[in-house]
Amino acid sequence: MNKLITAVLLCALPLAVNAELRVFACEPEWAALADEIGGDLVESFSATTALQDPHYIQARPSLIAKVRRADLVICSGAQLEIGWLSALMQKANNRKVMPGTDGYMEASSFVLRVDATADVDRSKGDIHPQGNPHIQVNPHNVTTVARALSVRLSTINPDNTDIYSDNLNRFLVDWEASIVRWEAAAASLRGKRAIAHHNSWVYLLSWLGIEEVANLEAVPGLPPTAAHLSQLTTRFSSGGADVIIRAPYQHGKSSEWLSERTGIPAIVLPLTVGGTDTATDLFTLFDDIIARLKEAMDDV
Amino acid sequence: MRIVSLPNALMAFTLMVPVASVAEDTDIELLRAAIDELRADYDARIMELERRLAVAEQNAAQASYTARSPAPSQAQSSGQAAFNPAIGVVFQGTLWGVDGPGTDSEGFAVGETELIMNANVDDKFAAYLTAALAFEDGESELEIEEAWVEATALPAGFGARFGRISSAFGYLNAKHSHQWDFADLPLPYQAFFDGRYLDNGVRLTWLAPTDTYMELGGEILQGEGDPSGLAASTLFANVGGDLGSVGSWLAGASYLERDNMASLTGAHLIWKWSPDGNWKDRNFVFQTEYFDSGDDGVDGGWYAQAVYQPFARWRFGARADGLQTNADDPRRYSVMFDWSNSEFSRLRLQFTQDRTGAEDGSEWGLQYIHSIGAHGAHEF
Repeated sequence: MNKLITAVLLCALPLAVNAELRVFACEPEWAALADEIGGDLVESFSATTALQDPHYIQARPSLIAKVRRADLVICSGAQLEIGWLSALMQKANNRKVMPGTDGYMEASSFVLRVDATADVDRSKGDIHPQGNPHIQVNPHNVTTVARALSVRLSTINPDNTDIYSDNLNRFLVDWEASIVRWEAAAASLRGKRAIAHHNSWVYLLSWLGIEEVANLEAVPGLPPTAAHLSQLTTRFSSGGADVIIRAPYQHGKSSEWLSERTGIPAIVLPLTVGGTDTATDLFTLFDDIIARLKEAMDDV
Repeated sequence: MRIVSLPNALMAFTLMVPVASVAEDTDIELLRAAIDELRADYDARIMELERRLAVAEQNAAQASYTARSPAPSQAQSSGQAAFNPAIGVVFQGTLWGVDGPGTDSEGFAVGETELIMNANVDDKFAAYLTAALAFEDGESELEIEEAWVEATALPAGFGARFGRISSAFGYLNAKHSHQWDFADLPLPYQAFFDGRYLDNGVRLTWLAPTDTYMELGGEILQGEGDPSGLAASTLFANVGGDLGSVGSWLAGASYLERDNMASLTGAHLIWKWSPDGNWKDRNFVFQTEYFDSGDDGVDGGWYAQAVYQPFARWRFGARADGLQTNADDPRRYSVMFDWSNSEFSRLRLQFTQDRTGAEDGSEWGLQYIHSIGAHGAHEF
């Protein structure tokens, strides 16, 4: 009898360990989403933090070690990680997560990407031919990716399909309710005009009905130039914009310089989970984004 | 057009006033409340409609995407051209001057122009080619630096590469010249390999399934002495990890045995730092390597260098390198600074003080490195 119990335990133990899927997310928002949909079955890791520009990451040994053991790699895609992800993949020797397999997922390929262009010329800066990759700042995009992620987790780990499906439904009920709440709270922001440091906010701004009137970067991806900033000062000295937005990892010098000269408030918005002290998960991320936008613009 | 006469208007006014005064205040309030309610109701309905519209748009978008593969969605194209490999070209050149004992010269040299092509062969293999185009002694030369095939679908953390490869001995050996932080290679590479060690052969690597990066590997190479032989081999190990969110490190040891030549042992250590791990604006790299040889003439060699980027575009670096020989111990000290308009262009100024000869010499160089086309991710 004891032997039988031991045998059962021995069989059960590896199963319990195998049930855990290791998810390597390139950005914190997808790690957070994997936690929502995967629950206890998933151990997620984010390669970047909200304080790092995901375009410029070193292909660090620690990241190679993480990809080596991953069951699923989920990234924004659209060439956001072009500078480092392929170097990780090449060194990691993990055939389960190579692009083209079920273990690799590009979140932005599931939504409508804006600004896709065939006009690929590096004189125009950091161009993403497949469209703008910063899709996570529209919660409707998160809904779509959540559905796709649930399907993908079930494909890799079919034994737990019901759990992933339940988790998805539970998440979406809260998420859709939150979207209604956010949209109601942000109704007063409709029609406002924003200047963005980098074009990281197009999905957020179009969702909230805020117009993006300019970028601090003259050419996407290259630091703002003095000439471009002084041109913006002239253009917005007598109004024309309501807020200047930057991500936590972008240098504040340029937006504060412009803010001082034009009186337009300059704010930091979390671009992903962890970008501010309050943005600790996907829900508080949007709570905080909208609270900060309203604080900057409602009183004006 | 009807013109209202003043008396008529006055009469209408006097008629209305009593009516208004008779009406009870509560009626007005009720009306106001009703209008407010109507307005709120409409606002809510409009918002609900907008929300539904957004959801419908999203669903439509999703429907149009479910037909597509969830794998990286490249532009759909049916022609053969869709399978073209990624192609990149790196242009390099130097304006230089030497001021040494007996020599005092300067000139302009177009360095190697690197042609890089790579693509997946199929689901199990990838291939890579680097050719260096150079113009030397009045003649154009084409040198195949690397031409290898890699197995991408081996199980259990194994990797294999075969063809013409840059040996995994040392750290800098695998880096192309456009990735170097200084215009030239440090003295040990020049003394032991006459540049980089490129050879024909096979490499096998294994990556341990641990949170700390741990790579073991070996190579069997043709060697330089016997053109048809398998006369050189290497063994190497690399470990690495993070130090908090700001730092990361890589350390390695390697061993090389070649026919008719003394064996060589190498060790390297690389440490990289950036605030919050955000590399773009500010970062620092320290890098050192040591080679030890059983050779009677040159016992060993070393270099240590540090490169600091205080703000976007500008970098400053210093390097010391040297050899240990039975005659004397040549040393060099170099400083450089470079400016990169983007990741694809770099201009560099470098000064080197040379103590390799009997007397001190000095060199300076103004270098350009420009890259067009596809450019793969750089390794750590």
